[in-house]
Amino acid sequence: MELIAFYLFAAMAVVSALGVILLKNPVHAVLCLVLTFFSAACLFLLLQAEFLGVVLVLVYVGAVMVLFLFVVMMLDINTVPLREGFARYLPAAAIVSGLMFVQMLVLLGVTTGERGVAFPSADPAQAAGFSNLEWIGRALFSGYLLPFQIAAVLLTVAILVAVMLTLRRRPGARHQDAARQSTVRKEDRLRVLKMPTETRKGEGAE
Amino acid sequence: MITLAHFLTLSALLFSIGIAGIVINRKNIIVLLMCIELMLLAVSINLIAFSRFLGDVDGQVFVFFILTVAAAEAAIGLAILVTLFRNKRTINVAELDAMKG
Repeated sequence: MELIAFYLFAAMAVVSALGVILLKNPVHAVLCLVLTFFSAACLFLLLQAEFLGVVLVLVYVGAVMVLFLFVVMMLDINTVPLREGFARYLPAAAIVSGLMFVQMLVLLGVTTGERGVAFPSADPAQAAGFSNLEWIGRALFSGYLLPFQIAAVLLTVAILVAVMLTLRRRPGARHQDAARQSTVRKEDRLRVLKMPTETRKGEGAE
Repeated sequence: MITLAHFLTLSALLFSIGIAGIVINRKNIIVLLMCIELMLLAVSINLIAFSRFLGDVDGQVFVFFILTVAAAEAAIGLAILVTLFRNKRTINVAELDAMKG
């Protein structure tokens, strides 16, 4: 039963990954990548990594892939010149990646004798008496506390960089400057003039 | 019976597809970024399979960090892409040949 599920999700992941690199329309390619990530999340669930499976769907499919889709749809791309050389490089790419695949299999020992190495039947988190989430959380907030905080800083820097890169000040457009607004003083706006008092004719002669 | 070799083979296959995609679509930056995401996913599958196999939490923690860094990378890469497209009106890698902005 587990094996059937594995083959189903693995086939879905591989087919949609092929769709990512072969499809003409970038929007379709992004949607195929979404399907790949979704199948990978199901495979993570098969490996009892529930937290990462859910995070993959929420963060990757929900945020990163939507960002990709947004950018692809926002940019008005002419895909024809981007496809030139596609057929020319296809055999080379197939040979290189096929050779790499075989080499990796040999290197990992999959083709030799290790084929029968099954997973330990007990889930390691449950063997330790935790849920998967608690298992990761304990590691993350004790041994990996400093890397965790560095990752948080990295995300903050990424937000700032993304905003600064895409922020555009058009010369003709009118916009608010909050800093100037809050530091403005009365003297900058208001001018008190000294004027001689004027009187209406006929009134001031008394 | 599901074994470690199944997951390692799948991960190697996805990684090879990512490499092939980078070679084939070498003109389109968006597809290049997507192929990098694909390769990162292959690495994550590998790490989680070994985490389950060895009963060690470190693999899953590393996948967590990979997801963080990949999200940051995608955000900054797409921001650079939008700026590039705004200035040059193209995302063809072959035409982005000026070092001066």
